[in-house]
Amino acid sequence: MIKSNKNRSLLLVAALLASPLNPAFAEEGVCMPFGEAQTNPTDVPTLQHGAKLYFNYCASCHSIQYMRYSRLAKDLNLTEAQVMDNFGYTDAKFGEYITNNMPKGGRGNAPGSADWFGQTPPDLSVTARSRGTDWIYNYLMSFYPDPSKAVGWNNVTYPNAAMPNPLWELQGLQAYAEPAHEAHAAGGSSDEHEGGACSPAAFKLTTTGLRTPQQYNEDIQALTSFLEYVGEPAITQRESMGVWVLVYLAGLTFLLWLLKNEFWKDVH
Amino acid sequence: MARATASQATGVVGWLDQRMPVVDFWNKHIGQYYAPKNFNLWYYFGSLAMLVLANQIITGIFLTMHYVPSEEGAFASVEYIMRDVPFGWLIRYMHSTGASFFFIVIYLHMFRGLMYGSYKKPRELLWLLGVVIFLLLMAEAFLGYVLPWGQMSFWGAKVIVSLFGAVPYIGGDLVQWIQGDYLPSGATINRFFALHVIAMPLAILGLVVLHLGALHEVGSNNPDGVEIKKLKNEAGKPLDGIPFHPYYTVKDMFGAGFFLIIFASVIFFNPTFGGLFLEHDNFIQANALVTPAHIKPVWYFTPFYAILRSVPDKLFGVVAMGAATLILFILPWIDRSPVKSIRYRGIWSKVLLFTFAFVFILLGWLGSQPPTDTLTIVARICSMIYFLFFPLLYFVSGFDKVKPVPERVTMHD
Repeated sequence: MIKSNKNRSLLLVAALLASPLNPAFAEEGVCMPFGEAQTNPTDVPTLQHGAKLYFNYCASCHSIQYMRYSRLAKDLNLTEAQVMDNFGYTDAKFGEYITNNMPKGGRGNAPGSADWFGQTPPDLSVTARSRGTDWIYNYLMSFYPDPSKAVGWNNVTYPNAAMPNPLWELQGLQAYAEPAHEAHAAGGSSDEHEGGACSPAAFKLTTTGLRTPQQYNEDIQALTSFLEYVGEPAITQRESMGVWVLVYLAGLTFLLWLLKNEFWKDVH
Repeated sequence: MARATASQATGVVGWLDQRMPVVDFWNKHIGQYYAPKNFNLWYYFGSLAMLVLANQIITGIFLTMHYVPSEEGAFASVEYIMRDVPFGWLIRYMHSTGASFFFIVIYLHMFRGLMYGSYKKPRELLWLLGVVIFLLLMAEAFLGYVLPWGQMSFWGAKVIVSLFGAVPYIGGDLVQWIQGDYLPSGATINRFFALHVIAMPLAILGLVVLHLGALHEVGSNNPDGVEIKKLKNEAGKPLDGIPFHPYYTVKDMFGAGFFLIIFASVIFFNPTFGGLFLEHDNFIQANALVTPAHIKPVWYFTPFYAILRSVPDKLFGVVAMGAATLILFILPWIDRSPVKSIRYRGIWSKVLLFTFAFVFILLGWLGSQPPTDTLTIVARICSMIYFLFFPLLYFVSGFDKVKPVPERVTMHD
């Protein structure tokens, strides 16, 4: 009786640990039409693909200032020459941090990037940790041209973002329109419905890009995976090491349990 | 030589023992310390608290080797630890996860005390020392939380330090004196770092020694609340006691192993614990010009934060929050029950205790939510129940029927 109670509480602990805690990034009212990001931050080919996209399309404005080129080479199975030839377009050395030549500041006495976009493009080192991968994925999927904005673009996940879509030649151009039947629906929850204002159905590809929608989706998953890796490079070793630590601890605990029982068998 | 009681030990131990009472000490606190033989699951948390304390100190030492306590350097140095220091990520996760597990362990340890009446005579001082450790632990955790200098570090510090501004007359000056600036800044980081790595750990360690000293003087309570010292054998040893070593050393080692499996599962597979142990907003560097949408303390402070918020007036809110912790000091003197353990208390005592625990958890959830009208009302009701627990305990423990307490402890497994 008591035994089974104890077992049940152990099961409960195990269940609590195993259940994926829903990362509570969810700020109220943030629209994520494309759902969860299917990232794979420990898969080297995915990371290489994501890195290529990052350095081709993002790096000239967005630094990853806590990340070193050398670390990237090590974790992505690349040689120094591969990294520096393909990614090192500043005069940075192999062991240095990945910054860019974007002038910081602006809108004041010294000119800077803030004069062009309204604000300095943020560093992306830990954006996957502060915003979450779902946010990054949805943000990069949901740009649409909007002539009413200064940068000519708008975004569903981050409305009025001061950023043009750098990936438009890959994605093509998509129009965004709130479906008519949704216009009179009150309350935010109805937006989640199939075909609502916050769903893939609200987007229509008007100009095809270099990539098919499916390929583009894979591109963005890879880029999101890369940023997730950049947010926590240890992720490449953390879980694989964790398995061995747990195997060791389980064995140790089993031995300690036997030891305890050996001593306790004469306690009544 | 000096002492009549010096043991007959030879060799190194003998040499030591003639110059310092090592054998006496070992026997008094470990080898011949008799603990009740009926400890259950709840009795692991004391030794686990020491394990986590050791973890915090050891990982903390390594973190201080790389952490830079300055406004410009703090955030970047934490990322440096996470990326460039070999196994820095592991050390940092052990420390951050350890902080949360410290509170899990301590809350369960305290609840054990409530359940089995471990604060009752003759263990009042033991309880008082424990509450002081709990208060210092909260201070230590708060100070440490500021150090990574993320948005929640900054805004959390700003909110918590500004509470001192509620003190009449000197409040404003007090806030500046604590921060060393008009806002939390580099000066604040430096002094919080000093307090976090020297002052608080030193005080906590000293109090843990006193806590154990008080425990070993009066002896451990147990799930039956039976005083094992009442019944002794011819040799003067408690009939229901067993030497701490080897019985509880091996049992606690097993408990530590089991605990480490859970601890490692979080460290290696979910170190942010979904934003609960390491909050998402704290991965954004502190910025005095950008206020986060929702400022909330880490999960282990949220019950007290909910109490603070449930009072409309700032000064009285602060008083209520302080009182919610300080009121624990009077517990030994308001419980009038003739029995210690919940096992032998009546139904009303059980209802009262489990309502208190439930309300505390509910307050924790409420404190983590953005305040709405409904939730504020619920938080007010819960805060009242939290405080009502203490006067109610006085009355309930006075009239509630108790069951006869056995002479000897009972074994359930």
